[in-house]
Amino acid sequence: MRPFKYVRATDPANAVALVANRPGAAFLAGGTNLVDHMKLGIAEPDLLVDVSRLPLDRIEQSPAGGVRIGAAVRNSDLAADPMIRTRYPALSQALLAGASGQLRTLATTAGNLMQRTRCPYFQDLTTPCNKRTPGAGCSAIGGHNRDHAILGCSAECIATHPSDMAVALAALEASVVVLGPEGERRVPLADFYRLPGDTPHLDTNLGRGELILAVEMPPLAFAERSAYRKVRDRASFAFALVSVAAALDVRDGAVADVRVALGGVAHTPWRALRAEAMLRGGPATPDAFRAAADAELAAAQPLPGNAFKVPLARNTIVNVLTALARETA
Amino acid sequence: MDARVTLTVDGSRRELTVDTRTTLLDLLRDRLGAMAPKKGCDHGQCGACTVLIDGRRATTCLAFAVAHDGATVTTAQGLSNGAELHPVQQDFLDHDAFQCGYCTPGQICSAVGMIEEARAGHPSHVTRDLTGPVVLDDEEIRERMSGNLCRCGAYVNIVAAIRDVILKETPP
Repeated sequence: MRPFKYVRATDPANAVALVANRPGAAFLAGGTNLVDHMKLGIAEPDLLVDVSRLPLDRIEQSPAGGVRIGAAVRNSDLAADPMIRTRYPALSQALLAGASGQLRTLATTAGNLMQRTRCPYFQDLTTPCNKRTPGAGCSAIGGHNRDHAILGCSAECIATHPSDMAVALAALEASVVVLGPEGERRVPLADFYRLPGDTPHLDTNLGRGELILAVEMPPLAFAERSAYRKVRDRASFAFALVSVAAALDVRDGAVADVRVALGGVAHTPWRALRAEAMLRGGPATPDAFRAAADAELAAAQPLPGNAFKVPLARNTIVNVLTALARETA
Repeated sequence: MDARVTLTVDGSRRELTVDTRTTLLDLLRDRLGAMAPKKGCDHGQCGACTVLIDGRRATTCLAFAVAHDGATVTTAQGLSNGAELHPVQQDFLDHDAFQCGYCTPGQICSAVGMIEEARAGHPSHVTRDLTGPVVLDDEEIRERMSGNLCRCGAYVNIVAAIRDVILKETPP
């Protein structure tokens, strides 16, 4: 591992200044992904700015009636928070579906958002990868791509985003509060991540030195009836093949409102806007859920190794929405 | 590059200078001789390095020691009170909950941490009612212990040992 200097940030502005002015600098929070990348040689920072002890560890009601989650809140604490469990159950469930108990103790909200793909070629320095080395080529296209993306892919990259939490946040329309050298801004989750296009080395739209301060959940009354379902090769402690976060508001048998996001299928958490638009105002029936899922997945670009994800995603959407509809009835 | 680190490990205050690249696991084993936490995968996937940091279970292979300056660390060795074993340790012995023993210190620390989490009412992935009481049945124990691999496959007896600890704490 390359030697590095370690500094504990005194406040958020100090952290931003330290990283913004030094190309080799990186923020360190729980470390569960970054330390691994430093061991593997994927990341080689020469300065780590530790932001884990900044006073960003609170979960509180926001003035707008939603919830503000500090960037340094541990995944275990966020999953267990009574307000999150009651008002945004899909978020608790997503967190509890990720990693293991002893990793969730360390992992933070911001670190979870910033974790990078688990594409095996990205993590293996001996294989070409456009995300690691722009222009090197993609080993997954034409290689082992069972775990890879079916939506929003490019000819450069078919990696998926690994976070469960971010899928729930996408469905619940969270925003990310960011501090940069130019000041503070709010980024809706829909604009936070990038599709690979021809710049797959960029996961997010954050600028150099921008630090996540918090995640803000808007008030969404029907989020109390939300759920997260994760399909994976093992019953526990594995990344998603496909996951679905959804919230459903059914009135008199019709869909008054709905939110759906998919995980394990794209370079970003995939908000299923097309499916949502089809469902609104229509019947809350498995047939309608299936038709909406099919419409969303019509744009899928499956490869031989991951074609199974198309019916798996459809069935999981139908399954989650049907369960939520039954709960409401 | 060097940094000063102060830790309380199994009840003893330790102060030393470490290279910033030193993980908490390597510091415990190589610098302090605390050999209970084991290096299995060194990538956060096996749980053999699990200890309690400030009372909560955590992997130590993905943590830089310098980032945990000031922490109180309890390894499996520090759980016992002299010759008197911690209830989880005793039940692992009584139930033959290991074969080679390599994963055992991590399993034990993880079990101690997860029993505390359940006592605090924290749900898990298999908890059906997120806001209801937590009952640590076998399904819950398996899910909550899924971060600890045992290549000998002693899982059946590990679940039995933990089940027994819980039963003794909350008699029917």
